Amino acid sequence: MRYESLLDACGETPLVGLPRLSPPVAPDAPGVRLWAKLEDRNPTGSVKDRAALWMVRTAEEAGTLRPGDTILEPTSGNTGIALAMVAKLRGYRLVCVMPENVSAERTTLLRMYGAEIIFSPAAGGSNQAVATARQLAVEHPDWVMLFQYGNEANARAHYETTGPELLRDLPTITHFVAGLGTTGTLMGVGRYLRDKVDDIEIVAAEPRYGELVYGLRNIDEGYVPELYDPDVLTRRFSVGTRDAMLRTRQLLEVEGLFAGFSSGAALHAALAVAHEAVRAGRQADVAFLVADGGWKYLSTGAYAGTLAEAEEALEGQLWA
Amino acid sequence: MSVDVRIPTILRSYTGGEKSVGASGDTLAELIDDLDARYPGIRGRLVTDEGALHRFVNVYVNDEDVRFLGALEAKVSDGDTVTILPAVAGGAPITR
Repeated sequence: MRYESLLDACGETPLVGLPRLSPPVAPDAPGVRLWAKLEDRNPTGSVKDRAALWMVRTAEEAGTLRPGDTILEPTSGNTGIALAMVAKLRGYRLVCVMPENVSAERTTLLRMYGAEIIFSPAAGGSNQAVATARQLAVEHPDWVMLFQYGNEANARAHYETTGPELLRDLPTITHFVAGLGTTGTLMGVGRYLRDKVDDIEIVAAEPRYGELVYGLRNIDEGYVPELYDPDVLTRRFSVGTRDAMLRTRQLLEVEGLFAGFSSGAALHAALAVAHEAVRAGRQADVAFLVADGGWKYLSTGAYAGTLAEAEEALEGQLWA
Repeated sequence: MSVDVRIPTILRSYTGGEKSVGASGDTLAELIDDLDARYPGIRGRLVTDEGALHRFVNVYVNDEDVRFLGALEAKVSDGDTVTILPAVAGGAPITR
């Protein structure tokens, strides 16, 4: 495939079958198959390239983002890296707000792209990064906060691209499974597939972190992304660190796929619905989203040693 | 005392520091009533005055979100595990 620029190479990712991880069925029973949508095959290696590009383009078209402007975003992860690439190529300054304890890989890469980093207190995690970014937006009214958690262009990127790609490549799709973060992927793909496919099931795999993460949270100050509409989902699973790690390793060991932890969580939920389909004797084509590869997470140590050691390495960490 | 309820750190002041407590009931609502009888005040942290689950509280029966299983009317039975968690923003960092 040839593209005019890196931005044009966003999307059109492969959908690959996982014949060894798909549950076996009796010879005369309907097939139950698992499929992985490889979003690590995007320009900066994650699904977030779609959201970043759509949010920037939408703001440009609306005239709210003009050449030389400063983009502000609370993110330390894939969205920051994706926005940094888009900002560099389209001529914007990027300021990322992230918890102060984010890994060196992230800050080094963001700074290489020319992004500036403002740290928020580690103890508040991502909720605090969101709050800090909102405060900065008030102090700097000329900065443009795209705000992935509430920007409809985030979900629309998936309504216009990821969803149609999935249906084109897998017309028999019965389930779509993805991790739940900003909720943009599930909302966009979910709405598209609900429009096109009768009885489609949209399944969320929400990471359940170690206890330390929640120990810092006050229930009255929680946060639910503005994009989230529970009516789009059919079911929502909470996937613990150990299950996510186990499935992330199985992806590599059984199917040769080196993925990030959120993909393991999605696989865990995908297997749950696949096994239900086998028990019910129903045909199922379950597509789940591989949001990124495993490279950025190697330094956590969670790919090595026993599962118990991996779980310990991720205690207190937001791994998806 | 047939259902195992996992209590988040922030609510353990109600359970005398216990991470997990037993409770009984056929539905989540009955389960929370049972909890509140023994740990007074905990219901008010989970359920609003209007009788709905608090917006920033997530409750799971065997790892599935109760909001997709009938919310407070979700069925619970012997041997189930109920997990209570605060809502957090996703897409977040791996820390050192």
